[in-house]
Amino acid sequence: MTISAVGSDASVQPLSGVSSGVWQHHHVLDLDEFSRGDIENIFKTSNIMRQILDRDVKRVPTLRGKTIVNLFYEPSTRTRASFELAAKTLGAEVLGFDAVRTSVAKGESLVNTLHTLEALGTDVIVVRHPQSGVPYIAAQEVNCSIINAGDGCHAHPTQALLDLYTIWRRIGKLEGLKVVIIGDIKHSRVARSNMWGMSKMGMKVTLSAPSTLLLRDIDQFISQSGMSHVDVVSNLDNAVEGADVVMPLRLQLERQEEGLLPSLREFTLRYQLDGRRLSLANRNVIVLHPGPIHEDIEIASEVAHGSQSLIEQQVTNGVAVRMALLYLITRTKRGDQT
Amino acid sequence: MLVITNGRIFDPCHGIDQPGELFIKEGKIESVGTGISFPSSAPMIDAKGLIISPGFVDLHCHLREPGFEEEETIASGTQAAAVGGFTTVCCMPNTDPPVDSKSIVNWIKKRASENAVVNVLPIGCITKGRKGKEICDMAELAEAGVVAFSDDGDSVPDSQVMCHAMDYSRDFDLPLIEHCEDKSLTNGGVINEGWVADRLGLKGIPAAAEEIIVARDLALARLTGAKLHIAHVSTRGAVELIQHAKRNGVPVTAEVTPHHLTLTQERIMNMSNGGGQLKYDSDAKVYPPLRTQDDIDALLEGLKEGVIDAIATDHAPHTQAQKKCELELAAFGISGFETAFGSLMGLLHAGKIDLGTLISKLTCEPARVIGRGNDLGTLRVGAMANIVIFDVDREWQVDRPRFVSKGKNTPFDGCWFKGKVLATIVNGEILYQDDSVRVNHE
Repeated sequence: MTISAVGSDASVQPLSGVSSGVWQHHHVLDLDEFSRGDIENIFKTSNIMRQILDRDVKRVPTLRGKTIVNLFYEPSTRTRASFELAAKTLGAEVLGFDAVRTSVAKGESLVNTLHTLEALGTDVIVVRHPQSGVPYIAAQEVNCSIINAGDGCHAHPTQALLDLYTIWRRIGKLEGLKVVIIGDIKHSRVARSNMWGMSKMGMKVTLSAPSTLLLRDIDQFISQSGMSHVDVVSNLDNAVEGADVVMPLRLQLERQEEGLLPSLREFTLRYQLDGRRLSLANRNVIVLHPGPIHEDIEIASEVAHGSQSLIEQQVTNGVAVRMALLYLITRTKRGDQT
Repeated sequence: MLVITNGRIFDPCHGIDQPGELFIKEGKIESVGTGISFPSSAPMIDAKGLIISPGFVDLHCHLREPGFEEEETIASGTQAAAVGGFTTVCCMPNTDPPVDSKSIVNWIKKRASENAVVNVLPIGCITKGRKGKEICDMAELAEAGVVAFSDDGDSVPDSQVMCHAMDYSRDFDLPLIEHCEDKSLTNGGVINEGWVADRLGLKGIPAAAEEIIVARDLALARLTGAKLHIAHVSTRGAVELIQHAKRNGVPVTAEVTPHHLTLTQERIMNMSNGGGQLKYDSDAKVYPPLRTQDDIDALLEGLKEGVIDAIATDHAPHTQAQKKCELELAAFGISGFETAFGSLMGLLHAGKIDLGTLISKLTCEPARVIGRGNDLGTLRVGAMANIVIFDVDREWQVDRPRFVSKGKNTPFDGCWFKGKVLATIVNGEILYQDDSVRVNHE
């Protein structure tokens, strides 16, 4: 493939082979706002980004002159590194704004920090925050594009997109596939975003968790949200039967301290994805995990490192998907978006 | 002197609903009726097409003074109350310092006498410092003039302390107003526990957190015989518990807020405003949280059946900085004085409540809760002239920058309401009047 020349005005030039004409999003807040067409568009763009990542010299000047800020209010190594690499590969300036240690410690408010970043000429703010809804506040406050890199228990759309992309690359389709998401659904932004994304792509989602880690009004949530194929099967053996994809979630050890689980031992007995349980799924089942994994808690080592695990591919694909999103949203002028 | 003519005089508790005049002299209602005599020199308001009712009595508001003057003051809060048609407001004691001693009650009364435009009745704390450990010097507070006791903002968490407070309060015949919240269940909760909290990834506040304390306090009221008033009832379960207790003779009264009667948990997403973009709208963050339509139906039924005695605003002004932040950090509360009547009138026009019920829940019934049914919330001849004049059909749009209250935190901004307060008269003086109201001097 070829990359077209970058103009002297440093505006974003189209990558050949990518049709982004229908892309109308200024922000990436959650997948509820994306159509199936949008998600397919992201996949196609990600394919091209994967090719760039497979080169010897992993650098194109597509986003030269753009400034991207990683505004992280929560410790993160993986997601942050992934965004940083994605932005740098596309030639953007990347500023790390580690709010845990800088302005928050001085007591600067979220809103003031956002306005400061806007005044610095930031084009895209990638925000991670321990509290749900912060990217939505950001999108109201400033004109920069906002990418939600994880907000509280609410959403983690780039993770869900890389999960979907990884499945799509491996299996070649998404429609009709059965996915089982296991564990701490209640506190998982990954689960929520995947429920939206997988539903949009016509996948069948089964949630399997102890009742203390499920959502209180999940039936109404599903019906109000128009998610047609989401169900709950609390027995993991039954849930995994016939699955094409299984995705154990990271279990935060605090959950036991909060009294939501009697013991890690009991959780492990009931909900650990091990080889026996995996054998109940389809023969070609794939295993995903949003990471970082707690080996031998929610997932057995043999499964995490087994032949059906795509956990490492997820990481590589994550960079490509984030490149695709940065590319797509910086091509949208504010006002064009729906 | 002041004469209000041509209006519909409406005092449902006292069986008055007639066209006529109302003559005010020396701050008191001198006469009411048709063909009454008054000096031709008296200033006159022509209330043609309007309703003249007793001024509203609010059992539950936060004037924030002393200690939180950046949020509201007695001056700004009572001016907002007047705009809303309230002529008497009971202010909650969760100030800084809290109202747990005679000197603070006296300070508030003095500030009110200098700065307030409506009648201010202070509420004293149940426990010292609102800490929930030791009961206040209630006799001293009662003597200083508090109309009730409350640790509002928190429940009294310890059942034994609450039991003692109830027993002790019986000597003064004043109600204990309980904010019902089991903190071990609400801890960290932001909105109602339900599908919206699930969707937004927010910690929920279950109805049970309210109902557990309602049930406990009803049991204690039955045990002690103390007067109990349940603040801001928000769930069907709480209505049912109170109904059951009332049927069994427990001396309990209850209030509901306008926002719990008109808004549901979905409001926090504010999807309709701004092109369907999901929001985390802190203007709809309030304790108790906005619940469900089923709860609203039960609350309305409770009002009609007399399970709920009063509508109270829980006016809770906050600064912009306290609201314009992460939703989980944002303050709980709605600035309610200036939207209460307009939002409630929507229920009237929708046929959900009749005018008599609505006005009695804003006037004589709250007055009775604090034992002031004879002199507040009434158009009785000889009572102080606390009166509101309103137009049932006047349409207007909420525009929060124009709020008189310092608190602009409202989930009703931009809403069109049908029904508006046009004049508020406190102790015979017109303290608020809409631009359309003319006072004709001879």
